[in-house]
Amino acid sequence: MTVSPIDRVAAKTPSGVARRIKGFSDRTIAWIFVAPTVFLLLAVNIFPLIWTIRLSFTNFRVNRPNNDVEWVGLRNYQRILTDPDVWNTMQATAHFLIWTITLQVLIGFILAFLINKKFKGNDMWTTIIVFPMMLSPAVVGNFWTFLYQPQIGLFNYVIAFFTGADPASFSMIGDVHLAPWAIVIADTWMWTPFVMLICLAGLRSIPDSIYEAAECDRASKWRQFWTITIPMALPFLMLAVLFRGIENFKMFDLVVQLTGGGPGNTTTLTSIDLKREAFEKWRTGYSSAYAVILFVTVFGLASIYVKALNKVKER
Amino acid sequence: MKIKLMMHAAAGAMIATGALADGHATDLTLCWAAWDPANSLIELSKDFEEQSGHTMNFEFVPWTSFADRMLNELNSGGQLCDLMIGDSQWIGGGAENGHYVKLNEFFSANRISMEDFLPATVTGYAEWPKNTPNYYALPAYADVVGWTYRKDWFERQELQTEFMDTYGYALAAPETLGQLKDIAEFFQGRDIDGTTVYGAAIYTERGSEGITMGVTNTLYNFGFEYENPNQPYDLNGFVNSEGAVAGLEFYKELYEVGTPPGSSNWYMGENIDAYRSGQVAMQMNFAFVWPGVEADETVGGGNSGYFPNPAGPAGQFAQLGGQGISVVSYSDKQDAALEYIQWFAQPEVQQRWWDLGGASALRAVVEAPDFAISQPYAQTFLDSMAIVKDFWADPAYADLLIAMQERMHNYVIAGEGTAQEALDGLVRDWTEVFEDEGKL
Repeated sequence: MTVSPIDRVAAKTPSGVARRIKGFSDRTIAWIFVAPTVFLLLAVNIFPLIWTIRLSFTNFRVNRPNNDVEWVGLRNYQRILTDPDVWNTMQATAHFLIWTITLQVLIGFILAFLINKKFKGNDMWTTIIVFPMMLSPAVVGNFWTFLYQPQIGLFNYVIAFFTGADPASFSMIGDVHLAPWAIVIADTWMWTPFVMLICLAGLRSIPDSIYEAAECDRASKWRQFWTITIPMALPFLMLAVLFRGIENFKMFDLVVQLTGGGPGNTTTLTSIDLKREAFEKWRTGYSSAYAVILFVTVFGLASIYVKALNKVKER
Repeated sequence: MKIKLMMHAAAGAMIATGALADGHATDLTLCWAAWDPANSLIELSKDFEEQSGHTMNFEFVPWTSFADRMLNELNSGGQLCDLMIGDSQWIGGGAENGHYVKLNEFFSANRISMEDFLPATVTGYAEWPKNTPNYYALPAYADVVGWTYRKDWFERQELQTEFMDTYGYALAAPETLGQLKDIAEFFQGRDIDGTTVYGAAIYTERGSEGITMGVTNTLYNFGFEYENPNQPYDLNGFVNSEGAVAGLEFYKELYEVGTPPGSSNWYMGENIDAYRSGQVAMQMNFAFVWPGVEADETVGGGNSGYFPNPAGPAGQFAQLGGQGISVVSYSDKQDAALEYIQWFAQPEVQQRWWDLGGASALRAVVEAPDFAISQPYAQTFLDSMAIVKDFWADPAYADLLIAMQERMHNYVIAGEGTAQEALDGLVRDWTEVFEDEGKL
């Protein structure tokens, strides 16, 4: 009689343990396997979230361990939502979000559309295009700081070449009007390839037979693009918008490296402001409320968006 | 003085024979900023390792993240650092929140007297509350904002002549802020040896403390005061006085007419880079950069000169930098850490500290007859240390600093509002902080 590997393993199980396990239901055994993960999730995600919400109703400051912690109710929330500086950072974040997503989706889709065409060197170009997203945001921030230098920066020289302006006559990261665009350009350079890859996946998932059928029906390329390509790639485009939206709402490192939130507060995004409140001013209770507001905002917007995405997919 | 020297020598001998040690060779960790003086301290500390048998480890963090990293460490009661060379502004928080060990008894037992150190450094780095004999640090690194200039450019005959024709006085190290601005304007956009150069590199950084450390050098000299000298935390009319407004307007004007394009977020590193690379005729910077300037192939070796922050209509002051060395209360190696402080306080160690490129605050070193000629910048260092003023050192200093960074950057760099509005806003911000702190 042949003995199966499972039987061999079972035979090696000490009889005491085997007896104990034998008494467990499938459900209990499943819980035993899942328990470590659940415990980790509770410890790392859920507990900090609940703790943050609790702190947000207090005046706790982590750098004043000896001070009494008072329950302040909704005062932190009220102060944040009525603070014009917070609304300025929200505006800066909205500007950054809207323009980076628009440019990245637009350029990313065009690049994906071009790369999707079969041509010589296709793979090499794909590799070259995705190179920026492989870099660390801190490196990209430093790199663009040099590019934007009025005296030695390549960016200024390129602009000067096309416009005839003196390269040293404008400072991308030192001018209140240009700095918000400076961070948009750097982020777009870095993350457009990511959007391109998602779009490329979408374009490659469209079966050739649909285009062939359209050709038989004598549909023009333009009509094929609007009635086949765009609708079928739309879920992927929306996914790219979701990913980039969530990521850019949290944007910190690249902008800190580039502008430090300046000049003035022009490029102080919410995450930079939150970090200052939490780890420079050490207003732990206040910053917890700030974090909760941001969490609810992102979570709420993302939930609405995911519902819309699912509807598009169902079509 | 001789008796004191003998006592210090005896203390050194005791360390050398292990008499002060707790009987165990210990691994000590000293935390500080990652900058040139830190390398000198590593070199200096080798003597301590040899004498005491302890091993020194170092945790150095770049200035831009130094406060974040180390204050996190202290606030969380971390045991990474046994010794902390913390910024002067941390002394209030270090004392009140129990991060630093109070050193009075230790100083008395080991005959370390604060009278042996420069008064400004004792007040700035060691005392809390200020001007009371409660010591939480030993002055470790004396530093102050001063100026460096291209002496080789200033001495060019054609530039001398042109400057005299334009401004009616000789081109030399400026004595007043008005002269400083003239010179910055004179060099701005000038072609020198085929390169376009600019007037001055000044502090404009937004993220940590840069613009505050810069703008205070003109604010002080135009009449800015942190508070009413007769009533603590009374700010209105002192922070936003007429003189303070003029001082702030001056700094903005200097930024606009005499600094390199794109220098909107510059601090110590960017300024020294701009100066060394020949972009600017002058640079504002803490004195710690001066040994590096002297050693530089291009700008060193007599090509640079040094001058204290020039006087303004209300006097001559300069922003204090520097730090004291403290024992971290969460360390379980406090005995060995105190041994280090005792060793570090010795005059011969302090002398070697200066010789290696450190900046001693010990009077026996800086008031020695040959000190002023020991380095080309030594006299400027002494002159500058005699005119220092420092930022708030209250436990809430971070809140106060962030508010000032924001208000100053918004006005000077982003051009938002007027100087009066910026300083009025600062009064409101600081008042709110002090109200939250229960000081008002």
